Amino acid sequence: MSASMRRRGAALLVGGVAASMLLAACGGSSSSSESTAAASAAPAASVAAGCEAYAAYGTFDGAKVSVFTSILPPEQQKFEDAWKQFETCTGIDIVYEGSDQFEAQLPTRIAGGNAPDIAFIPQPGLLAKLVQAGGPVAAPQSVVDNVDKYWNPAWKNYGTVDGTFYAAPLGSNMKSFVWYSPKKFAEWGITVPTTWDELFAASDKIAKAGVKPWCGGIESGGATGWPATDWLEQIVLRQSGGDVYDKWVSHEITFQSPEITKAMDTLAAWMKNPAYVNGGFGDVKTIATTAFQDAGGPILKGDCAMLQQASFYANFWENFKPGTTIAEDGDVYAFYLPAIDDAVAPNPVVGGGEFVTAFADRPEVAAAQTFLSSAEFATAKAALGTWVSANSGVPLDTYANPIDKLSAQYLTDPNGTFRFDASDLMPAAVGAGAEWKEMTAWFAEDKPTKDVLAAIDAAWPAS
Amino acid sequence: MEELANGLSKIGNAFAAVAIVLAILLIVFFLASRAKGRAQGPIAGVVFLGPAVLLLIYGLVVPAVRTTAGSFQDASGKNFVGLANFGWIFTAPGNSTFLINTVLWIIIAPVLSTALGLTLALLLDRMKRESISKSLIFMPMAISFVGAGIIWGLVYEYRDPAQPQVGLLSQVAMWLGFDNPPNWLLWQPFNNFLLMIIMIWIQVGFAMVVLSAAIKAIPSDVIEASELDGATGWKQFSKVTIPMIRGTLIVVLTTIMIAVLKIFDIVRTMTNGNFGTQVVANEMYAQSFVAFDVGRGSALAVVLFLGVTPIIIYNVIQLRKERSVR
Amino acid sequence: MSVEAHEFVSLPSNLPEETIPEAARRRLSSPWASFVVIVITVLWTIPTLGLLITSIRPKEEAQNTGWWTFFTDPTATLSNYSEVLTGGSVIPGGITPYFFNSIAIAIPATVFALVIACMAAYALAWIPFKGSTVIFFAIFALQVVPLQMALLPLLQMFNKGWSLGPIPIFPDLNKAGSAQSLFAGTYIPLWIAHTMFALPIAIFLLHNFIGQLPRELMEAARVDGASHFLIFRKLILPLSVPAIASFAIFEFLWVWNDLLVALTFAGGTPDVAPVTAYLANIKGTYGAQLHLITAGAFIAIVIPLIVFFALQRFFVRGLLAGSVKG
Repeated sequence: MSASMRRRGAALLVGGVAASMLLAACGGSSSSSESTAAASAAPAASVAAGCEAYAAYGTFDGAKVSVFTSILPPEQQKFEDAWKQFETCTGIDIVYEGSDQFEAQLPTRIAGGNAPDIAFIPQPGLLAKLVQAGGPVAAPQSVVDNVDKYWNPAWKNYGTVDGTFYAAPLGSNMKSFVWYSPKKFAEWGITVPTTWDELFAASDKIAKAGVKPWCGGIESGGATGWPATDWLEQIVLRQSGGDVYDKWVSHEITFQSPEITKAMDTLAAWMKNPAYVNGGFGDVKTIATTAFQDAGGPILKGDCAMLQQASFYANFWENFKPGTTIAEDGDVYAFYLPAIDDAVAPNPVVGGGEFVTAFADRPEVAAAQTFLSSAEFATAKAALGTWVSANSGVPLDTYANPIDKLSAQYLTDPNGTFRFDASDLMPAAVGAGAEWKEMTAWFAEDKPTKDVLAAIDAAWPAS
Repeated sequence: MEELANGLSKIGNAFAAVAIVLAILLIVFFLASRAKGRAQGPIAGVVFLGPAVLLLIYGLVVPAVRTTAGSFQDASGKNFVGLANFGWIFTAPGNSTFLINTVLWIIIAPVLSTALGLTLALLLDRMKRESISKSLIFMPMAISFVGAGIIWGLVYEYRDPAQPQVGLLSQVAMWLGFDNPPNWLLWQPFNNFLLMIIMIWIQVGFAMVVLSAAIKAIPSDVIEASELDGATGWKQFSKVTIPMIRGTLIVVLTTIMIAVLKIFDIVRTMTNGNFGTQVVANEMYAQSFVAFDVGRGSALAVVLFLGVTPIIIYNVIQLRKERSVR
Repeated sequence: MSVEAHEFVSLPSNLPEETIPEAARRRLSSPWASFVVIVITVLWTIPTLGLLITSIRPKEEAQNTGWWTFFTDPTATLSNYSEVLTGGSVIPGGITPYFFNSIAIAIPATVFALVIACMAAYALAWIPFKGSTVIFFAIFALQVVPLQMALLPLLQMFNKGWSLGPIPIFPDLNKAGSAQSLFAGTYIPLWIAHTMFALPIAIFLLHNFIGQLPRELMEAARVDGASHFLIFRKLILPLSVPAIASFAIFEFLWVWNDLLVALTFAGGTPDVAPVTAYLANIKGTYGAQLHLITAGAFIAIVIPLIVFFALQRFFVRGLLAGSVKG
C-alpha cells in the first residue's frame, strides 16, 4: 500500500519558515559518529543566529545527502521547508528525489551500486529484504536514542531486522477511518456509529433511503488492489486480535486459515454487498476500476455515504470541490472505524508509515538521519499540515487539522491495539504482488474466496 | 530566467559531448587512415566495427547470458534450482492467462496493424492529398506510453450510466442506444482486444508509411505490363502488388511482432495485468521489479527470447535468400 | 518503447525515376478511397483530440464531464498550461527544467547511436572479412533481449566496474574514498545505455541502405586510392542522409518517450530527469488532476511531433532510397 503514502494531492500550506520557529532548543542527543566527522562542530560562541538548536549536529560545508522516496510533490515541498533551517545551519544540502517507481528503482539502484544516502521506505518487508541482500547500514546511536525516547517500542521493532536497528520511523498514517458527510448524516437522521453493529445498522438505513451507503476504489496503477488489503487488515485485527494478526504477518497463520477466511466473508458482506456498494460508480465490480483517488467524490454529491480510507485522504477533498471544509460540522469528516469486539482487540488501529533507512555511514548522513528522527523535525513538519508522526515528542496542539490531531491521538494511544499495515510487513511477492492481484480479481472477476486465498498462500516465498 | 540559463547550459554541454566524441572519432580516423598496405583493411575493420561490437557485448550479450544463467536460479539468485522456474511458468495455476494472452497479442496485433496499414497504403496511393492523412495516422507513434495511457483512459473510462459519461466509448455506445454499456476494461475477454487496439493505433502509421513507400517503388513498367495483360483490381493486387512487396510485408510484420512480444507498457499503464489481461513481458517486469524474484523474472525473459527466436530465424533465412540473389 | 523495434525495409536503390505515371494515378484515384481514408484518419485522430481538448478545459469540467461536451459548452482556459509550464499552487515546480533535460538526453543519444551504427554498417557491408555475415545476423538477433533485463548489469558496470575473476573488463570508476561514480550527475551512462539498446536496429537498417549503394562507386573510389575512412566520410555519409534521418526520427522518439532507462541511469531529480518522469509524477500524485496531466502530456508530445514533421520528408525518402521526388 506504499502508494497511499505518495498520493497526496493537496493545497500547499504556506509558512515553511514559520515552522522553524517552532523548533525547540534541544538539538537532539549528540552522536558518536559525529565526533569522527571530518568537519568539526563550530564552537557554540560562533553559532549563527537561529542556529543554536542545530549546533549539536556539527557543520559540514558543501556536503550533500541524497534522499530517495515515493513521496511526490506537493508533499515534497513541505519536507524541504521543514529541513531548510537544518540545511542552512549545518551546511548539508539534502537532495530530494521522489519517484512513483520507488519500489522497483530502489533495489535496482542498490544492487547496481548507485544507492541513495537515505531512502524513506514505507514497507518494513522491503527493508528486511534489502538487509538480507546487503545495503542498509545500522542506525547510529544518536538515532537509536531518539527512537527510544520518542517512539512506542512497536515502531522501533518495524525498523529492526534480525536484532539490528536500521531505520527510524518518519511519518505515520492512521488507516482506521471512515469518511462521511456530516450534513448528509444529519439529513438521513444518522449519528456517528460507535460500534460495528451500529455501523451496519446505519448502512442498512441509508440503503433503505435509496442511497448506496459505501463507495470504494482500489485502482492505483501499478499498486492496484492495496486499499482492499487495508480493508481486510481492519477486519482481521478487529475480529481476531493482535496475536492472530502478527501470526498472519509471519505466515504462521495462512491466508486459508479459518480466521482469514472469516474476515474475507465479513468483508464480502460489506464491500462486496450489492446493496451497499458502489455508490456513485455502479456495481460491485467498479471498485476494481475506480481510482482510489476518485473514490470519495460521490460523498460530496450525496451519491454515497461512507468511504473507508486513511487519514491522508484529507488531502483529496479539495480536488473534488475547492473549498471543501473538513470538520465535524463541515462538508466532510471522518469517524473511527469501530471495534468489533473490545475483548479481542480494544481500540484497534491499523497504521502505516515510512522508515528512514541509510545506505551510507558518512557523518553528514548520520547527522541528517538523527535530525529526521528528532522531535524538532517532526514538530516542524507536522506544523505544515496534513502530516502525522507517531513521534510522541510532537505536542498535540501542533496539529492544526482536526483529522491529524485525531490520528495522532489514536497512533500514540497507550491503550490501543496498534498494528502496522500487514501487506507492508509481508514479503513483496505477497504484500505487493499476489495479495493486490488476487484481491483485485476477487472484486473484478468475483473469483471465489477459497481460490483467492489459496493463490496468495501459494505465492509466499519458500525461503 | 535562471531555469532557462540552466537548461541552455545543459543543452550546450550535450552538444559539447557530441563534439568531443566526433572529434575523437576524426582523430582516430586520421591516425588509422595513415596505415598502409595489408594492415589497412583489418585496421579499418576494427575501428569501424569495434565500438559497436564492444557496446553490444557489454550492453546486450552479457546481460542476456546472465539472465539465462539467472533463470536456473531461485528467487535470490543464489541457489541453482534447475528447471523449476520454467516448470512454474508452464504449470502454475493462473499462468495460462498470460501465456494465452501473449499468443493472442503476437498474432492479432501485428496482423491487424499490417493489414490496416496495407489497406491505407493502397488507398492513399489513389489519393491526391495524402500527406495530411499520413501525418495524422502516423502521429500516435510520437506519443509516449504514459501519454497513450492517458489518451485511452479518456476513451475507456467507465461511469455509472446514471452519471455524466467521461469515457468516449461508453458515450458512443449510449448514443447508439445501449443503455448500460459494459465496464470496458473489465469486459473479459474483450478487454484484451481493447488493449490491442491501442497497440494497433500506434503501429498502423508505421506499417502504412513503410508499405506505402514499397508500393510506390514498384516499377511502373511492371504495373503497365500487368494492365496490358488485363489484370486490374483484386487480381492486380494479389498477383502483382503483393508479390512485389512481399519482403517489405515480412519485415513490417516481424518488426511489429517483436515490439508486441516485448510490450509491457500498454498493459502496465491500462490494467497492470489485472482482469485477465496479463502478458509475459509485464509478468516478467512484475516478477523482477515488484516481487524481486530473480529466477522467475529471468526465466520469463528467456521464454521471451525463445518466443522471438523463430521469428528471427525466419527473417535470417529470408535475408540470406535476398543476399544470395544480390 | 513503441519505436524501438522499427527496422526499415531494404529497398533497391536503383529504382527508376518515375513510378506510376500521373495519368494512371489520377485514373486510379477514387472518391471512395478518399472517403475511407478520411474516416480512418478521423478515427485515428479523435483520441488525441480528446487529450488536446481536455487540456484546455477548466478543472471542474475536465473531471466531471466528457471532453466532447466542450462543443456544446465551450469554456477554454490556458491556465492548465501555465500551471504545468511554470508551476502553480498544486505543483510547485514546472515542467521546463525537465524539458531541457529531455533535449540534452535525446540529442547526444541519437547522434551517438547513429554514428556508431553507420560505422558498423559500413564495415559489415563494404569491408570484406571472414565472419561478417555471422556478425550481422548476430546483431540482428540481439533484438530479442528485453532491455529491462539489461538494466541492472549495466548499472553495476557503470558504478562498480566489472571483472572476470581477476581480470578487469571494465574499470571501477569510483572516485577514491567515495561511493560516487565518476559518472554521477552526468548523462554519460544514460547516453551509453540508450546507444547500446538502439544499435541492433540501427545497424540493421543502415546496413540495408548502405549495402545497396552502387558497388561501382565504391570500387572506383578504392581504385583512386581512397581509404575506407575517406570513403566513409565523403561518400557514405552524404549518400546515406535520408536513411540516417529516418532512423534519427525513431531513435529520437524512443529516447524522448523513455522513462525506465532514464530513471535507472540518471535518476528522477529535476536537474536530470526527462519530461516523462514529470508526467509520471503528476500522474502518481494527483489522480484527479486530469486537466494538468493532459496539458503536461500534450507539452511532452510537441517536440516529437515537430521532429517528426520536420524530418518526415527525409523519412519517406530514406525508405525509398532516394527514388521518389521529395
